[in-house]
Amino acid sequence: MERLDRKLGTASSLPLLTILLIAFIAPMIVVALFSVMPRKVFSLFNTPDFSAYAALLQQGYYRSLLWSLGMALASTVILFVVSWPLAYGMAKVFRKFTIVLTVAVVVSLFVSENIRLFGWVLTLMKGGLFEGHFRAWTGEGFESPLYGVPVIVFSLVYVYFPFMLFPLAQGIAMVPDDARQAAADLGASRWRILFEIDLPLAAPGIVVGSLLSFVLAAGALAESKILGGQTVIVIADEIETAFTYGQDWPLGSALSMVLIVIIAALAIYGITKVDLDAIMGKKGR
Amino acid sequence: MSSEPILRLENLVKRFGQFNAVDGVNLDIEEGEFLTIVGPSGSGKSTLIRMLVGMEEVSDGAIWLRGKRIEQTPANQRPTCMVFQSLALFPHMTVGRNIEFPLKIKGQSPAARKTRALELLKLLRLPEHYYSRNVTQCSGGERQRIALARALAFDPDILFFDEPLSALDYRLRKTLEKELKDLHDRTGKTFVYITHSLEEAMVMSDRIAIMNSGQFVQIAVADDIYARPVSRFVAEFMGEVNLFDVEGTTTGELHGNGVEIHVNGRAEDFGVSLSPGEKGALMVRPEFVRFLSSGETSDFLVRGVLRAEYALGSRIQYKVETADGSSLTVENLREDKYLGAVGDSVILGWDIDSTHMIRE
Repeated sequence: MERLDRKLGTASSLPLLTILLIAFIAPMIVVALFSVMPRKVFSLFNTPDFSAYAALLQQGYYRSLLWSLGMALASTVILFVVSWPLAYGMAKVFRKFTIVLTVAVVVSLFVSENIRLFGWVLTLMKGGLFEGHFRAWTGEGFESPLYGVPVIVFSLVYVYFPFMLFPLAQGIAMVPDDARQAAADLGASRWRILFEIDLPLAAPGIVVGSLLSFVLAAGALAESKILGGQTVIVIADEIETAFTYGQDWPLGSALSMVLIVIIAALAIYGITKVDLDAIMGKKGR
Repeated sequence: MSSEPILRLENLVKRFGQFNAVDGVNLDIEEGEFLTIVGPSGSGKSTLIRMLVGMEEVSDGAIWLRGKRIEQTPANQRPTCMVFQSLALFPHMTVGRNIEFPLKIKGQSPAARKTRALELLKLLRLPEHYYSRNVTQCSGGERQRIALARALAFDPDILFFDEPLSALDYRLRKTLEKELKDLHDRTGKTFVYITHSLEEAMVMSDRIAIMNSGQFVQIAVADDIYARPVSRFVAEFMGEVNLFDVEGTTTGELHGNGVEIHVNGRAEDFGVSLSPGEKGALMVRPEFVRFLSSGETSDFLVRGVLRAEYALGSRIQYKVETADGSSLTVENLREDKYLGAVGDSVILGWDIDSTHMIRE
């Protein structure tokens, strides 16, 4: 009976499985194949070479990659530090207020990211909400913080906040209160409890939140374009350019492959390190 | 008992809004004592113990530990430690790291920590290779021992227990109760244990404090509490009991309200007399009540009909209904089994030595 159930289950999952394969794996394979084609060709029927990868190294594209990864790392670290206290409050302290916070954070996702970023431009630009009012009241203006690396990192933090906050809150909720109390009872200070109990036990949430925000930030494009004014070119920008203006699919594919491999390696490493079942809900037997 | 108590509670109060969960508790705990606080759920015993270890703020009153006031001292600075009901083992650590945790906090070297952890594993009869085992792979009884080992590693002045055995099955509980008593004897530490199970309290404790509605009702050695409870609550809480409402009369005889008790002799000679009009409850434990054969007599007699018989293993329990419809419990050892059948008219009797008067 159980075996029949299993067969039926496998059979009924086949259509969706096929769609998933075509929709996710096939494009990856196409990109992987294009990345080893000669430059500027539009067909896969060419002798493979690694000229696109060579260009990636020689023409300084690695700088964009480093900028993307660096800013993603910075924003992830900042997100973690900023979100921890709030996530802790949501998981352990706030009770009913948690729902208010959840709604407030989720509502921000209802508006398109680009529109929210343009909102920040209006807020931060010279003569905008901040500087304009400040100048009107004091007569003194100040430089706009727009178009620089810090404002890009700030906007990454702002945009990906929910992706860190919610997994983190979920992770902290899994830390048993009695373990914290027992640690205090055995003489541990607040900091010791944070490092010995809270962080290790909330690890699944920390890993999920960090992976989500890092991966999204590493592939982010709009922040550097809109708020950064392209002071630095991020890897996603290079990929877009290669596929569009550059008309160089192999180069775009090679750049994509590097990003995909780095992120996949990180994700697989992170996922093997923690028990994701704990946070995603237990698997059936 | 003349020396200074290790822990003194002075008029300790815990208020939740209008409600006093702990309502003015006074208690002296002696060095090396095994004291058990017993009470039904909601009696305030958990709140009390949480105040004693510093996890709950004290609303009023004082806690003295070896002559020093500690009620404002946070939990992590008190030299006391608690074994939780849930055990609260750290699930992300091995058995060894769990036990070593308090030593690590105290800044001991890894080598010294490991030596001590292995000693404690031995003391608690856990195999040495458990040191590197994950706590989540251990059984209920093993986890219990690990929690104890961790608490002992802390080397507390007083070790508190918050019903740590309540989640275990009966047989394991019985084993661990004895082990705990044994451990108390071997370590010489002061143990303060809370439970709702009277049996647990009786097996282990030097003294028992009965708690109800946030107050201590009686504090005494187990035998005393069992044989001479101060109130109906204590009598009933301490297991099966037969209680008869009685009233003192001008003749010095006891007048039974309800059950007709025949008293062979004058109650005042027996030391259970009541002054005229005074009300009380005459108490006798089921194991002291006998079935009398014809011609046999005893200090107290009650007539009734045998209604039911229950096998309790080593003992047999009987329910006997009296003329007014109230029911009496009798417990005999298996070898003293009543030879008649359910439905028999019987005469029950017991002696004055096993009778106690609760004055109300």
